[in-house]
Amino acid sequence: MRTISTPVSAPLPQNATVPNQQTRITLPTSALSWGMYDAPSTQKAWYVVILPLLDIRNLTFVVGDQKILDRLDFTIQPGKIHALLGANGSGKTTLAYLLMGCEGYVPTSGTVLFNGADLLSLKMHERAKLGLTLAWQEPARFEGITIREYLTLGRSESHPEPMLVQVGLDPERYLNRRVDKALSGGERHRIELASVLSIKPMLAILDEPAAGIDMLSINHIINVIRTIKENGGAVLLITHQEEVAAIADSASQLCNGRIIFSGDPAHVIEHFRGRTCVRCDGEVCGYVRA
Amino acid sequence: MSELEELTRVLPMVGAEPTILADKEIAHVVGHGHHILSRRSVPGLRLDLEETSDAIVGKMTIQAGVTIAQPIHLCFGLAYPTGSQRIHIDVFVEERATARVLSHCLFPVATAAQHRMQATINIGPGASLSYTEGHYHGPHGGMRVLPHASIRIGKGARYFSDFSLLSGSVGSLDIDYLVEIEEEGIAELTAKIFAHKTDRILLKEAVMLRGERSRGLIKTRVVLEDEARAEITGITEAHARGARGHVDCMEVVQGKAHASAIPIVKVFHPEAKVTHEAAIGSVDKKELETLMARGLTPEQAVELIVSGMLR
Ligand SMILES: Nc1ncnc2c1ncn2[C@@H]1O[C@H](COP(=O)(O)OP(=O)(O)O)[C@@H](O)[C@H]1O
Ligand SMILES: [Mg+2]
Repeated sequence: MRTISTPVSAPLPQNATVPNQQTRITLPTSALSWGMYDAPSTQKAWYVVILPLLDIRNLTFVVGDQKILDRLDFTIQPGKIHALLGANGSGKTTLAYLLMGCEGYVPTSGTVLFNGADLLSLKMHERAKLGLTLAWQEPARFEGITIREYLTLGRSESHPEPMLVQVGLDPERYLNRRVDKALSGGERHRIELASVLSIKPMLAILDEPAAGIDMLSINHIINVIRTIKENGGAVLLITHQEEVAAIADSASQLCNGRIIFSGDPAHVIEHFRGRTCVRCDGEVCGYVRA
Repeated sequence: MSELEELTRVLPMVGAEPTILADKEIAHVVGHGHHILSRRSVPGLRLDLEETSDAIVGKMTIQAGVTIAQPIHLCFGLAYPTGSQRIHIDVFVEERATARVLSHCLFPVATAAQHRMQATINIGPGASLSYTEGHYHGPHGGMRVLPHASIRIGKGARYFSDFSLLSGSVGSLDIDYLVEIEEEGIAELTAKIFAHKTDRILLKEAVMLRGERSRGLIKTRVVLEDEARAEITGITEAHARGARGHVDCMEVVQGKAHASAIPIVKVFHPEAKVTHEAAIGSVDKKELETLMARGLTPEQAVELIVSGMLR
């Protein structure tokens, strides 16, 4: 939080919140613009603009002659969960890799601001240091590294036990096991979520976090995602499971590399369900493959 | 400082406590060059070792049916920059006996020295031997290390070996192990090597599955940096019904290092099976990126992945 007392003038954006006049206000760190508003009644008023945490503009990724992501535009607000739905091959994982900065994933064009910083100019670990992280759709296996080490990663002050409890794994049984091939797919996914929890990210990109998780355990996953939010983090929740997407604050549907529908999760789920893009012939989204 | 004190001082570098030498329950032999500086036996263990003009030669026997509770410590090394050491030892683990041997090879200040080990290991029916060899070399890289062993594993016997060379720079390492396994015998050979500078590593392990339902595993983990070179040969031959072999070789190459892996698999019986996997290259990209996505720098991430691999 930062406190300001000197008015700065700037145009009033549409979504500004206008507190009472003459009030000293405390801004959240994510507030990027503020000022005095000349109200029509001649009274002056403060306004505060909360900029999006993630602001993607015109993001395009072309490999060879294939447009894998096509002019994506969307934003994620601080502390909110945004679900991204889309059929297999629609480009969800590619978007995750581009945002995180994985090797070989450099956008062809477009900009991405993360908390005001130009994300695309940063290396992967620098993006992570800003508070961005990614949980892979198929998490890596590490020979020899214990779950305890994986959940602390050199941060000696951190206690991994509560993270494991959160994802429904017994610390007694798991802390000294290794993050290797002996873990089942579901166990590995949960460890990955525990790892994301442990670093308290500002934005966690979760790529199909509930894949391979049995129905009974999905609630654990949902609770973990809610916990990330309670800790103040935002989530880009990539999923095609409706019960998971339902916990989001907002949602988008990706089809052939384009966002074809955005809105509240219930509407997007409805849209996704009715018109799966597996059969997309361009009629639904107006997109014609090159 | 005496030679014994000097070798004892660096024991922690291979994970051993110097106090083991004073413990009456723990058998040990400490050899410096061609001299035996200290030894202790325990009930069920016979140590017939002697000094010759250019070697330490002899026999070590674990008597039939005996289980030696504490590991037997063998400490060999040189406290001087130059010199040579040759050890010729025949190990007998008699029927149904069980023992663990921890072998510590310590060359803290070597600049131009040689350590040659020639061993035969005979493991009787139903017996079990676990053999762990750890090397500590200083930073100079002036050693020639030649551990050669021929191992026979009797019916239903077990042999687990774990060779590690993880700190310091060795110079040249030439390992040659030949393992013959009889019916229902099991051998697991693990080698973990971290080579630096201009180190040269030759590692040859051959497992002959002679008996029915015998099983063999060769696992090697080699990490090379700077201008180090390694050539790894893993040979598995299956000669009998139900024999099972597996070769698992992983080499991580950094800097200007070079590595080659030669897995040789031969199956002489239709009901035998040998599988192998080998990976040579840089650190796995996904593992690396996963750790960087948690905020580790590329260097920190490589270090953690490699340390896990060599564990
Ligand atoms: N680096 C790449 N090179 C070529 N094609 C790619 C690359 N990455 C992804 N693709 C292609 O982009 C499309 C979208 O893939 P992906 O993002 O994995 O989809 P989703 O995660 O939605 O299932 C697929 O057709 C895939 O083959
Ligand atoms: Mg995907």
